[in-house]
Amino acid sequence: MNRLSWLHAWLMLLPALAMLLAFTHIPTLTTVWHSLFFPERGGAPAEFAGLDNYRMMLDDTVFWQALSNNLWYALGTVPTSIALALAMALWVNSKISGRTALRLAYFTPTMLPMIAVANIWLFFYSPEIGLFNKVLALFGHPGINWLGDSDWALPSLMLMTVWKEAGFFMIFYLAALQSLSRDLYDAAALEGAGRWHTFRRLTWPLLMPTTLFVLVNAILNAFKLVDHLFILTKGGPNNASNLLLYYIYENAFSFFDSNYAATLTVVMLALLILLALLQFGVLERRIHYR
Amino acid sequence: MSQLEVKGLNKHWGDARAVNDVSFTIEPGEFVALLGPSGCGKSTTLKMIAGLEEPTSGSIHLNGRDLTHLPPGKRGLAMVFQSYALFPHLSVAENIVFGLRARRVAIEEQNRRLRQVTELVDLGAQLHKKPGQLSGGQCQRVALARAVVAEAPLCLMDEPLSNLDAKLRNEMRAELRSLQQRLGMTVLYVTHDQVEAMSMADRILLLNEGKVVQNGTPETLYGAPESTFVARFIGNPPMNLMQKDAQHLGVRPEHVRVDPKGVPAHVMHCDYHGADTIIDAVLPHLNQQTIKLRLPGHQQLPQGRELGLSWDRHHEHHFCLQSGQRLNPVFASPTLTPDETETHHVA
Repeated sequence: MNRLSWLHAWLMLLPALAMLLAFTHIPTLTTVWHSLFFPERGGAPAEFAGLDNYRMMLDDTVFWQALSNNLWYALGTVPTSIALALAMALWVNSKISGRTALRLAYFTPTMLPMIAVANIWLFFYSPEIGLFNKVLALFGHPGINWLGDSDWALPSLMLMTVWKEAGFFMIFYLAALQSLSRDLYDAAALEGAGRWHTFRRLTWPLLMPTTLFVLVNAILNAFKLVDHLFILTKGGPNNASNLLLYYIYENAFSFFDSNYAATLTVVMLALLILLALLQFGVLERRIHYR
Repeated sequence: MSQLEVKGLNKHWGDARAVNDVSFTIEPGEFVALLGPSGCGKSTTLKMIAGLEEPTSGSIHLNGRDLTHLPPGKRGLAMVFQSYALFPHLSVAENIVFGLRARRVAIEEQNRRLRQVTELVDLGAQLHKKPGQLSGGQCQRVALARAVVAEAPLCLMDEPLSNLDAKLRNEMRAELRSLQQRLGMTVLYVTHDQVEAMSMADRILLLNEGKVVQNGTPETLYGAPESTFVARFIGNPPMNLMQKDAQHLGVRPEHVRVDPKGVPAHVMHCDYHGADTIIDAVLPHLNQQTIKLRLPGHQQLPQGRELGLSWDRHHEHHFCLQSGQRLNPVFASPTLTPDETETHHVA
């Protein structure tokens, strides 16, 4: 290639490159840099800390709690919302009356802003007047303090997340299902494959690329979702529902320790990259792409 | 007993009659082509037999068993799809035995049949590949193998060769026919290509606008078309149809010969095809109607060149002007008088 086409190539790449550098790569590097310093005290320049922030993190019980909460949160929401999304997609993909309305209904939670959703669910979860406790009262149950009880706070958040995410993932499954060839299903039907056999041998493997995509997104979301915590629990009670990203926010903007927040961010970033690599590495080999 | 019996089959979508009162039977071991232009209802008929489409009315029996409302998997039929419908994530071997697995055939039996069928269609080296790694012709063989391995009493084929290039299509045509004859398969073959139907089928069902317009051997459809539609559809180039004495007079281009004592005509256009030349000529005595004739070899005649054309009386076909139905009985004899032919007029 001559010099001019190289120049053209770089000019074409420039806009995307500038955006990526400005908003992704440079902030990532500065975050890593920040995590190596102690916070500034009284106008004195920040003191180099080396890995001290990381050592402090390892001794921080709240960090460990937020991390384990986050793992449970991912474990509880990701498979459930994917299974639900697939089930709903299979259902609204079949020939039923009013399926457009049904598709819209399932997608509505995704269209609402998270803050609004959290406010709606706040009413459901309220101890005295909440919908759930009213229903429980019908059966003579004294009711549960959904968001105030440290055993129930995290599961309550998870329930809402599943409700919110399943509709979103359903759209991906629905799109994938509709791109599958009718002929394949006709052929399977003629070969005498029952519904379960068809799903297991045909639909599920053919949906694998979508599942991988949804899985990566669901796990990233599980670590990125933070809005609802502001409305519902603020990480409480006693950090029972604190998640990594919210803990980072607390450190940066409530405790004004942006260096420790940067440390946590680096750890979280590393965690996410590791997860993504793992997923692509393991599943990629077992997936058929058309 | 006849193998497949279709009676009064109808499929309506609103007012549109895709399939209109179609009835036919297929004997064991027979290769029947369901031929017709696109939109004539041939694929819909096939889908109703396969169980992929619910008929509006009518019945389908296979060996005396009523299939009309059975789900596709319970009919025990095999089918080759136009798109091949191979499962892209499964290997060739898995594709072939998909149905056997679904029907829980014993593993040893599956392997025995797989070996047998891969030998038949010559796929041995491809067994572990995925369909995406195969050529069109190989995909075609896998689809065929999947249909053969089922050992079904009836095999349906929906334009299975139409995705292949011309050369491969010719090869596969012969191969398919010989496979069918070796295995004694009963085949219902949907196609819009008359060459496929003529060269492979024992019998042709010609459909038009949802109706069977003629049911007979390839020779019958060619030699005694029952209507102007059949006459125009079968044969390439199609039969010449000229208006004469309140009838359609039909003569095939290959039956017209140059004869100085014949009907005068002059050349309009020559179309060289290699082995022969198709000549379009105008008949001044017949209202300037045009006629095509086929002459062997390369015949580049100048435009306007005067010719005499003639044909044998027994190569003439007569059709009613209004209904298009055939007037003369099979192979009109030269002694037939016009009065006698009138008795067959069904307008």
